[in-house]
Amino acid sequence: MDKIEKTCIICPIGCNLIIEKDPESKDGYRVSGNKCNRGLQYAIEEMNNPTRILTSTVKIRGVSNKMLPVRTDRAIPKDKLFQVMDVLKELEVELPIKAGDLIIENISNTNANLIASKSIA
Amino acid sequence: MPEKGKVWFFIFFKGGFFMYDVVIVGAGIIGTFIARELSRYDLKILLLDKENDVSNGTTKANTAIIHAGFDAPYNSKMGYFNVRGNPMFDKICHELDVPFKRVGSLVLAFDEEDLRTLEKLYENGSKSGVTQMEILDGEEAQQIEANISKKVKGALYAKTAGIIGPWELAIALAENAMENGVDLRLNTEVMDVTRLNDGYSIVTNKGNIMSKILINCAGVHADKLNNMVSNNRFKIIPKKGQYFLLDKTVGNLVNKIIFQCPTDRGKGIVVTPTVHGNLIIGPDSEIIEEKEDTATESHRLKFIRQVAEKSVPNIPFDHVITTFAGVRAEPDTGDFIIEEAEDSPGFINVAGIKSPGLSASPAIAEYVVNLVKEIYGSIKEKNFNPFRKRVIRFAKLSDEEKDELIKKDHRYGNIICRCETITEGEIIDAIHRKAGATTVDGVKRRARPGSGRCQGGFCLPRVMELLAREKNKNMEEILKDGLGSYILTGRTK
Amino acid sequence: MNYDLVVIGGGPAGLAAAISARRKGIKDILIIERDRELGGILNQCIHNGFGLHLFKKELTGPEYAKCFIDEVRELNIDYKLNTFVLDIDDKKELSVINSRDGFFKIQAKAIILAMGCRERPRGAINIPGSRPSGIFTAGTAQRLINMEGYMVGKKAVILGSGDIGLIMARRLTLEGAKVEAVAEIMPYPNGLNRNIVQCLEDFNIPLLLEHTVIEIKGKDRLEGVILAKVDENRSVIRGTEKYIECDTLILSVGLIPENELSKSAGIEIDPLTFGPIVDESLETSIKGIFACGNVLHVHDLVDNVTLEAYKAGEKAAEYIKKTSKERVLKTKKVKLYPGNGIRYVLPQYVNIDDLDNNLKLFFRVNDIYKDIEILIESNGRLIKKIKKNQVFPSQMESITLDKKLLTELDQEEILINVK
Repeated sequence: MDKIEKTCIICPIGCNLIIEKDPESKDGYRVSGNKCNRGLQYAIEEMNNPTRILTSTVKIRGVSNKMLPVRTDRAIPKDKLFQVMDVLKELEVELPIKAGDLIIENISNTNANLIASKSIA
Repeated sequence: MPEKGKVWFFIFFKGGFFMYDVVIVGAGIIGTFIARELSRYDLKILLLDKENDVSNGTTKANTAIIHAGFDAPYNSKMGYFNVRGNPMFDKICHELDVPFKRVGSLVLAFDEEDLRTLEKLYENGSKSGVTQMEILDGEEAQQIEANISKKVKGALYAKTAGIIGPWELAIALAENAMENGVDLRLNTEVMDVTRLNDGYSIVTNKGNIMSKILINCAGVHADKLNNMVSNNRFKIIPKKGQYFLLDKTVGNLVNKIIFQCPTDRGKGIVVTPTVHGNLIIGPDSEIIEEKEDTATESHRLKFIRQVAEKSVPNIPFDHVITTFAGVRAEPDTGDFIIEEAEDSPGFINVAGIKSPGLSASPAIAEYVVNLVKEIYGSIKEKNFNPFRKRVIRFAKLSDEEKDELIKKDHRYGNIICRCETITEGEIIDAIHRKAGATTVDGVKRRARPGSGRCQGGFCLPRVMELLAREKNKNMEEILKDGLGSYILTGRTK
Repeated sequence: MNYDLVVIGGGPAGLAAAISARRKGIKDILIIERDRELGGILNQCIHNGFGLHLFKKELTGPEYAKCFIDEVRELNIDYKLNTFVLDIDDKKELSVINSRDGFFKIQAKAIILAMGCRERPRGAINIPGSRPSGIFTAGTAQRLINMEGYMVGKKAVILGSGDIGLIMARRLTLEGAKVEAVAEIMPYPNGLNRNIVQCLEDFNIPLLLEHTVIEIKGKDRLEGVILAKVDENRSVIRGTEKYIECDTLILSVGLIPENELSKSAGIEIDPLTFGPIVDESLETSIKGIFACGNVLHVHDLVDNVTLEAYKAGEKAAEYIKKTSKERVLKTKKVKLYPGNGIRYVLPQYVNIDDLDNNLKLFFRVNDIYKDIEILIESNGRLIKKIKKNQVFPSQMESITLDKKLLTELDQEEILINVK
């Protein structure tokens, strides 16, 4: 692989990153185009283990036309997104619930927790 | 007690036999009008339609005009019924609480040929009995209609022309007919008809019906139905017409119906305000293959734009909120077909009711009722209530009326359609009346949410919720219009 | 009923404006919200990405809204839900209804307009074809999926590569639908680059630039759409038509500020922004009526909405506190015009003497420009210029002008230009 171009997604600027394989560098890649350090980290991660934050909704027990928005509290491996979505399909939360409440710890072994994104009485 | 002239059968097969005095096929403006007029009499009447709502055919998509009547030839049925029908609208719209405004119409002339056409139209109109017509010169026309082209050389001004809510009228007629005892069956399509000794056996997709009289109001399919019964064939040529609908902010671009002179190239494009304050532009005319093709096409819409601007320059087309198309039933005989089939007593054709069909509808209904009377010899009148329960139009109430209404029924305090200011109360009413709404478009045609600027973007989830609640259904079962028009595919989880 | 300040809309703009006015000492504030809860459009924006500028965090829509809803409650600011403003007049009297109180009027000393915007429907772009079910604007689909909890289809095509369209591409895919393509009529995507990555590239959804939907097919439910490529004049290139089978069409073709109430009050609207014409304190053409958020002009980032709303609240508070003698006609008015390459500039005019210390101008360009200068001129004289590497129509830009620069002006017009 010579050069890979990727857009950084850490912040809305969206720097154009150029990533080259570099066996001599610590992480194995040389990154340029990033305006900040987070972009560098993102580039390395994208090459080794791309992760994403997942946001979705889950059912509320006893309530039909209303869903609870939820999120993972940190980024999870990109290839586990659909697996986690399948877990969410079966979930039902009970009210009341507060934003930030833990719903599932270490969901699908991703080291991320599923938390509520909204308070509903 | 069985009456003279009626024979009652009680034969039950699987699927059942039902006996009606009159079955009307097609619940458009003609079918619903006839049903309502016949419901004044002691007759067992069934109105049926193959669609999922009344007025889902041509009645749903037309220019919504009540013509003065100078256009159709004076010695034709079109001319006769138009002129006879025109003055009947004030009363019927008052009884049924349907919006109607006599705004008047102008036929614009741009050259000598057009001016001669105006004279011919005037003459024809006079022979037909049209009153309150006047030929204006270019300047006079400009004075009463400021935004028409400066190139106008003259105009035929007809004060009796008006604008109406056509599907609102058909829905109101159906509701009133049902309140007066008429049965309505939707999603019921006639598959075959057999003549019996004293009536007709009608096979539908929902079972068999027997009736003494069968009235054909089947619109673009009237020839198909006729050919199941009579050997006197006619052909209905389906003609599509496309339209632009513009936002209310430009609804007063013109205040009358603006026609162009008919030439051998066609009838011209109409620019007219609607009874709700929008502006409608169209239609063109195109013979189509498939009778229910109501797709719009960009080259046709472009053509309509160009031709319309001849009448009214600089139409603000950036205020278009939607485009749509309707199909008209053009009879190959060149005139309305309103008669009992010669070879089939009791089978009445009311076919080829293209423009000025809407304008003629009250007179056509009156005529058909007389045909039915002749067939029976005599029919007894019964208790008939011509009035429909008043429709509340919240946005039009005064401040005090609004307050009183909300205090009486709190659902009128809940705004569902923000663009047109329509409340939950109005929508619930539209659902629960006879011939009430069962679909999102049905609600739109009765109470108007979704007719405004955002075209339902805001109110769709709310209207669906109300339908689901009031009809005891799940949200996923709620349809947009026809039977296959599901909106949601299921729950997310 | 009387209030010092009525805020119309309880979304991010309305909430921040009310909080800001309270912080400036205004006592009687009422937020009027038509939905069943505060938060506005943020309630259905369950994805993250909000608050990066203000909070240095990537919050979801509901989490961002919560910060302000909590503060509104802590500050004891009144609000009414399921309540609808029917009309406002130029004397600042509002006609309002809800199920519980019926029809009532409120006299306000000042009003802040924060009604947000609506989506352009199919009719506004005139896609020909039949009219089946299965066609949704992105926001309506988002509401149904995220709040009511229903799927809108199984196979979708999305028209418009703005952020809402991109977000919905991801949302639909995660919930099990197949998104066949996102079509964008311009030669460049409209949304943030990060959304192209995490909404399209992540799921291998093709982005078809310079493409649009030219026909809709389907009798009762959508059966498919015909896509075609367009040239530089946005005209269809014959021969590029392609039929894509799908049961859902999502339209993300533009947002329009919702100013019907403003118009009925007689407030002057700018045909370039579709929002009220305002001065540097966000006051409209009617004294004491202010505007902020998407109702003023469509924003890209909610953080900017909040900042704009804070300002509107501040200025409304100042207005309320002034005596009627102090509310004299404002001083020298300078009008700002968008010139070459600029789609609109906000505010549309400035009262130089009333400026605090500097003037922050917001503008959008009408095309992508690279290596350009933004020039601010008056009567041919250059006031300020800044260099820009790249500017996009989909990204709001700003320039700050020193008050000093402006007081030296002897002309009444300022032009902002791209070179």
